[in-house]
Amino acid sequence: MDTEMTQRPGQPSAMSEGGPWGSKGEDGQGGKGSDGPRNPWTPPPRGDEPGGQGPRGPSAIDELLRRARESFGGGFPQQPGGRSLWPYMVGGVVVLWLALTSFHSIGAKQRGIVTQLGSYSRTLGPGVNMTLPAPFETVEVIDVEEIRTIDLGSAGDEAEKLMLTEDQNIINLGYSVRWNISDPKRYAFQIAEPDATIAEVAESAMRAVIATVSLTDAMGAGRNMIEGQVQERMQAILDGYGAGIRIQGVAIKQADPPAAVNDAFKEVTASQQAAETYINQAQAYAQQLSAQSQGEAAAFDKVYEQYKLSPEVTRRRMYYETMEKVLSGVNKTIVETNNVTPYLPLPVVRPTQRPTATVEASPAPQQGGGQ
Amino acid sequence: MTFSLRNPIVLAVLATIGLFLIGSTFAVVPETRQGVVLRFGKPVRIYNSYKPNEVFGHTGAGLKVRAPLLDQIVWIDKRVQSVTMERQQVLSTDQLRLQVDAFARYRIVDPQRMYISAGSEERVQDALKPILGSALRNELGKRRANLLLSPERGEVMTNIQRNLNLVARQYGAQIIDVRIMRTDLPDGTPLQGAFQRMRSAREQEALTLRAEGARRAQLIRAQADADAAKIYAASFGKDPQFYDFYRAMQSYRASFAQENNGETTAILSPDNDYLRQFRGR
Repeated sequence: MDTEMTQRPGQPSAMSEGGPWGSKGEDGQGGKGSDGPRNPWTPPPRGDEPGGQGPRGPSAIDELLRRARESFGGGFPQQPGGRSLWPYMVGGVVVLWLALTSFHSIGAKQRGIVTQLGSYSRTLGPGVNMTLPAPFETVEVIDVEEIRTIDLGSAGDEAEKLMLTEDQNIINLGYSVRWNISDPKRYAFQIAEPDATIAEVAESAMRAVIATVSLTDAMGAGRNMIEGQVQERMQAILDGYGAGIRIQGVAIKQADPPAAVNDAFKEVTASQQAAETYINQAQAYAQQLSAQSQGEAAAFDKVYEQYKLSPEVTRRRMYYETMEKVLSGVNKTIVETNNVTPYLPLPVVRPTQRPTATVEASPAPQQGGGQ
Repeated sequence: MTFSLRNPIVLAVLATIGLFLIGSTFAVVPETRQGVVLRFGKPVRIYNSYKPNEVFGHTGAGLKVRAPLLDQIVWIDKRVQSVTMERQQVLSTDQLRLQVDAFARYRIVDPQRMYISAGSEERVQDALKPILGSALRNELGKRRANLLLSPERGEVMTNIQRNLNLVARQYGAQIIDVRIMRTDLPDGTPLQGAFQRMRSAREQEALTLRAEGARRAQLIRAQADADAAKIYAASFGKDPQFYDFYRAMQSYRASFAQENNGETTAILSPDNDYLRQFRGR
């Protein structure tokens, strides 16, 4: 519209001369002469004052309005016959409006809350539904099946996540709550801030439950029990509000000791490992000893069986074999004892170096020890 | 210009007046709000006021008529609302300080009284907040700290709710419930003290675990020794003399084995049993 107005001074003749955009009648000069279908937005012909010299001359305001109307009327399409398209356009907008606000496509997971002039009327199920058009009935579409998740205690500084347990210990807990909408109209009308409400209720319920369990339970075995209890408690509280919300589950994602004492907890784990190590070592020793004793006992038993058959011979044989083996690798000095004072020049007797050692080390046939 | 109905200006003015009249005569009352109708500032009527156990669709919501220009409507939320208490230190009877924060849920059940006494919903919140704090402090201050943490604090909550409700009623509000969100030890010495206690408890546990592991290891070794002794005794006990001889032979081999490589020097007397045949007897 602004552009129309600014263009107007530049091309006054084009508009006033008629053509497709305006009829000649709107000049106001020969008002009586105009005939045929008249643009409803142009001013009615002023027939009474032929010369336009009547007592009421066009005031400045009238002139302004007239010009505005001309541009208004002139800015919109007309049919070739001069008839305006306005009624069709208005009709089109109304039809579009009706179509858009009367038909509602509700997805499979959604429900539509219909309010009739503010008052709850009905709930629309999935599919295409029809209602009265917009000012009379409005539809609020709510996704009821979608499971929403609220994470609590997973972000932010640690102080927010610390909870007191029954044994007055402190645990660092992060968890999430999954929920969906069980009653869309309650959800829409009962609770002022559903998300904040769920978060607060979860926090309250979780802390109440954690206050009843010990630290070790909270960190380990009791997790499932805690999750179940929190869920029950939350559901009870929210039902008390009539919130139309169903808690699908609570999941503890993190249950750790606070960072300040983490090292001490790691030390406990290390001690557990150490204790396991001690026991494993002892068991290895026990197994080794057991095998060894059984082996030795079995060996003795076998030898003894043979020994019993001919004790004296076996005994001598074993003795000589052993001695042979022993003394073959030993520096030997034989001394007649009775008359000789056994003076032992130890540095001489003692082998000075090892040349013999290499010789002796050459493989001597392994004498079976009597087995 | 003429004031005929064909004049679009006149039409527009009439339509505006008509819309204004419709707008100020009819009011759409949604389910979530209650309306206090004021005539010259004086409450005369309430639309859609809260009633317990009402069914949506049969509440006071919907299209309402009022006197145009005379009646004004003040909207008040009908839903459950929340007021949160800032963190506060509470001193229990056993002189333990705890940081507590809590929330209360309430609903405006008497919008007219609420409008007269508070004026706006924010003012109700502002009024309830300090009262929630003081009710909490009073009630928790009568208890021992471990009771605050225990599940029996339900009774405490009921008391707080009752006290708070007395005040809330003056503002046309009803407390639905009061819940403690957090009960924490305050930062600084109490928190560090708790950490220290946890740490020492863990250290004790660690030492106990180690000692227990060592004890069990010792037992296992002792049992193994005993078992071995039993096996040896059962086997060697059949002939102690032969065992003596047999074991001695084994021992000699091990002691004077070739691996010792000349480190050993034996000085033998011809009387030695091994050299018996030396004498040729």
